[in-house]
Amino acid sequence: MKKTINKQTWGTLLWAAALLALVVILENVLDPNKNIMVFAALKKGAVYALVAVSMNLLNGFTGLFSLGQAGFMLLGAYTYAILTIPTAQRDAVYYIYNGSAVNFSLPELFGGGALGLVLGVVLALILGGCVAAAVAWLIGLPVLRLKSDYLAIATLGFGEIIRAVFQWDKLGPVTNGANALKNFPTFSNFNIQNANGETVLRLSTFTAFLLAGICVAVIVLLINSTYGRAFKAIRDDEVAAEAMGINLSRHKRLAFCISSFFAGVGGGMFAMFANQAQAKTFTTAMTYEILLIVVIGGIGSVSGSCIAAFLYVAASEWWLRFLDAETFIGGFKVPLLRNGFRMVVFSVVIMIVVLFFRTGIMGDKELPDLLKKRRKEGTK
Amino acid sequence: MQYAISILLSGVSLGGQYALIAIGYTMVYGILRLINFAHGDVFMVAGLMMVYLTASLPLAASIPLVLVLTVLLGFVIERAAYKPLREAPRMSVMISAIGVSYLLQNLATYITGGLPQMYPEIPGISKTITVAGVSTKWVTVITPVLVLALVLALTQLIHHTKVGMAMRAVARDFETAQLMGIKINAVISVTFVIGSFLAAVGSVLYFTNYQSIVPLSGSLPGLRAFVAAVFGGIGSIPGAVVGAFIIGLSESVIKGSSWSIFSDAFTFALLIIILVVKPTGLFGEKVTDKV
Amino acid sequence: MKKLFATLLALSLALSLAACGGGSGSGGSGDSAGSGGTTGGSGGDKVVRIGVFEPATGDSGAGGKQEMLGMQYANKETPTVEIGGETYTVELVYADNASSADKAPTAASQLVSQDVSLVLGTYGSGCAIAGGPIFGEAGLAAIGVTCTNPGVTAGNDYYFRICFLDPFQGTVLANFASEKFSAKKAYLLGELGNDYDQGLLNYFEQAFEGEVVKDSFPPNTSDFSTYLNKAVAEGADVIFCPVSIAYSTQIVKLAASMNLNIPILGSDTLDSNKVLDAAKGSDVQIYVSTFYQEGGSPEFDEGIKAWLNEDSTAMTNNGGDDTIAAVTAMGYDAYYVALEALKAAGSTDKAAVKAALPSLSYTGVSGAIAFDGVGDAVRDTAYIKTADNAAGAWTLETVQTAK
Repeated sequence: MKKTINKQTWGTLLWAAALLALVVILENVLDPNKNIMVFAALKKGAVYALVAVSMNLLNGFTGLFSLGQAGFMLLGAYTYAILTIPTAQRDAVYYIYNGSAVNFSLPELFGGGALGLVLGVVLALILGGCVAAAVAWLIGLPVLRLKSDYLAIATLGFGEIIRAVFQWDKLGPVTNGANALKNFPTFSNFNIQNANGETVLRLSTFTAFLLAGICVAVIVLLINSTYGRAFKAIRDDEVAAEAMGINLSRHKRLAFCISSFFAGVGGGMFAMFANQAQAKTFTTAMTYEILLIVVIGGIGSVSGSCIAAFLYVAASEWWLRFLDAETFIGGFKVPLLRNGFRMVVFSVVIMIVVLFFRTGIMGDKELPDLLKKRRKEGTK
Repeated sequence: MQYAISILLSGVSLGGQYALIAIGYTMVYGILRLINFAHGDVFMVAGLMMVYLTASLPLAASIPLVLVLTVLLGFVIERAAYKPLREAPRMSVMISAIGVSYLLQNLATYITGGLPQMYPEIPGISKTITVAGVSTKWVTVITPVLVLALVLALTQLIHHTKVGMAMRAVARDFETAQLMGIKINAVISVTFVIGSFLAAVGSVLYFTNYQSIVPLSGSLPGLRAFVAAVFGGIGSIPGAVVGAFIIGLSESVIKGSSWSIFSDAFTFALLIIILVVKPTGLFGEKVTDKV
Repeated sequence: MKKLFATLLALSLALSLAACGGGSGSGGSGDSAGSGGTTGGSGGDKVVRIGVFEPATGDSGAGGKQEMLGMQYANKETPTVEIGGETYTVELVYADNASSADKAPTAASQLVSQDVSLVLGTYGSGCAIAGGPIFGEAGLAAIGVTCTNPGVTAGNDYYFRICFLDPFQGTVLANFASEKFSAKKAYLLGELGNDYDQGLLNYFEQAFEGEVVKDSFPPNTSDFSTYLNKAVAEGADVIFCPVSIAYSTQIVKLAASMNLNIPILGSDTLDSNKVLDAAKGSDVQIYVSTFYQEGGSPEFDEGIKAWLNEDSTAMTNNGGDDTIAAVTAMGYDAYYVALEALKAAGSTDKAAVKAALPSLSYTGVSGAIAFDGVGDAVRDTAYIKTADNAAGAWTLETVQTAK
């Protein structure tokens, strides 16, 4: 029994390594400008995959319906940005407030250079997650006592509150008020350049994948641990779980904090993707987007959330874009196609999924489960 | 003094308009245990229909038509997006509601091209009057009166008709009501019809006051109305109305103070406090968990 | 059975979408007027592509559309350009950034993938800031048309702009308030979390000599009565609200119904026929600072009005009448600046175009355009116009320069 688990773990690791290698190869072989859409979609997909998995941990595995994800992402994004903006750029970024109240930058504290960049970025992301988790702990004290939809609405409200606080101009020297934080290290900073400033090895998409991959792996390990089993027990039946000796409030708080931690890390990565952090991007609409990804992927399936994140991002940002343009085939103007049509089609597709494929792409199964089943059927 | 009156007036009229939306939320929640996220967008669509209908029809014809069409929209949404999920977990239905809301907003963006639309003037209620030295529109004064009249009519309906009795029964116990021969689907449809009708009336009042409609116009009033419904105790119609007036007034007062940027945050903070201190709201019934 | 049918439906849909999407993603070059979202380009073999990075949806959608109208009209007027001795057909390639900073990077990426020579836009500074690094990384020059936030060009070598900046605009309006109304107290109102609004409020506050009361409303607000009443209660002499078109129409409409007699000052966003509509027939006094005043170039005015009246889609995008928005004039100028840059570069190569931009100078309908060291236009003039509520038109109040 133990051997098979080991085998499976190795297999998964192998697949993950192969995927990362493929990303590196693709990134360096394909023309970066012609295929920039592919890489933009891949990077955003990786970020969304992480956030979706973190939401799934809460909604799918613990059965806590929370809609505060965008708020926690905001915390992570701002923490990351505030800690990593180079000191030389601070005056330019905080130009309204005549400089920032925070006057250090983590990559510089680590001595700058490539090592400083890696250490600084990783530490800033982790700290971003910690801030999100700490706030989650505080909010969780009152809010986690609530049941299903009440919890959803309360967390939704929390997201709105946090946004208003970060936009408050009294906090401007720290949060830059309404203005975006920018000029911090992004994924592109991980491309390796030679002395002439030419890019020799592109690692930006790889970095996004690696960071998201590690976080997702940690979440998977957690789900497969005793804690994960306790979470699932709470989801399936709270009363029964309590009767089995599971400390309800402790486990709920734990799930909430861990989920928020990874949402915070995801938020930091989102800032890296978007090249800026601004409170007004982290709206309820963003939480809904992530929720829809979780649903499309299958509530309670990590691999489903990942696959759905890539599909969702690629469809909304890339494949469906042609629907927004007025197109002529020969002399015939294709009806309906104009601005905004993309989102209409997209929302119809989502409704079809929600209504007819209620279990999503994967249901509550994981990718390896499906492959194994296939193999068994084959040998029969 | 004048300032205080103006704040009071705008708070009362806001409260009235929220009340009309909040009833839709509270009734649907009472019966289906569903937060109908699309309700605020139905309200927005009602406003848009008015804009487009008055472009070609006289006002006397468009107002009833808007009411009928909005009711139809509410009915169709329930049949298409919620009915197929009757047996599904509650979360699926809620997600479906979010999907509908997304769809309506995107459709509105597509049709209007993202441009703000101007709500037509409605003679009579658009006129400006002066109350205690503060100039305002007739609609501000009419709103609370109209709301009270509608709510009275609604409570009569719920307490003294057969449909109303069926609605109460379904709200109390879904399955038993079904066993007793109540046609659940018909009752739910009636609920949505009433909710949408009130949202349409609310949209006429609201947009007469604030005349510009964008695809997101419904989301914020919708959320606030929902908060009002929770505040008053979800499932209770008088609760929703009282909650709506409290939310409307407090919003107005905060906006008038120097803390105006926290007006939304305050609404939600109030919600969280009420949920934690008294989760059933002001007038809500106590529910016990069944194992 | 039903499930099977639904599966098939969704599958076929997904497949066809994937097929089309793949086509538009990779088929960037060549003269295939395919699904990439292009117009024009039916003429000669040589095609040069100019990216249009503008919001068509979202809260700046209305302004973005008016800005695009200027480019479209200019494209119609001058569809070809002489580059290095050869005639090229100019093709405009659109990408909608949806007025939102989280959609802007992918929209920018889309333009990069479509092999454009340079980019025009965008209307909102937030999107320009989010998209800027993508253009910078790809070595693609972008010309900001009406993004007035200093952060757009600062620290980005590849972003240029042809309009004035917020510090200038805020100062001009603050001076105007003092001079014209001898204002001692100003009420400032902007959208919470909107960098454009808040930036301008800030500069106005710094330049204004009297007292200010600063206020912000949350996004998607439609009830402004409390705010306006507050301005009255505070005894403000002027109201300054540099908000987006959607909000400004509501504020103006409300002010009209309240018979508000405090003058409303606005920035370039308020220069819209929607605002005129809202104020029509009332006593509201509206003053806006802007880039262009109708009548500045009679030839351009006449031409674009004729085009608007002819083309019903363009008319709808302009808000239903033929009043020329300043952003339209700016879009028009931006297009010609782009052509000048292409001519000066002598090639359609984006690096050459970028190299040609800093030394460029061009006199457009909105005035002379040249770039300074940061990439900003050297501009010291703003037009201040006021709404003539009887006629429903803008009239020129004064031409203000910075001191």
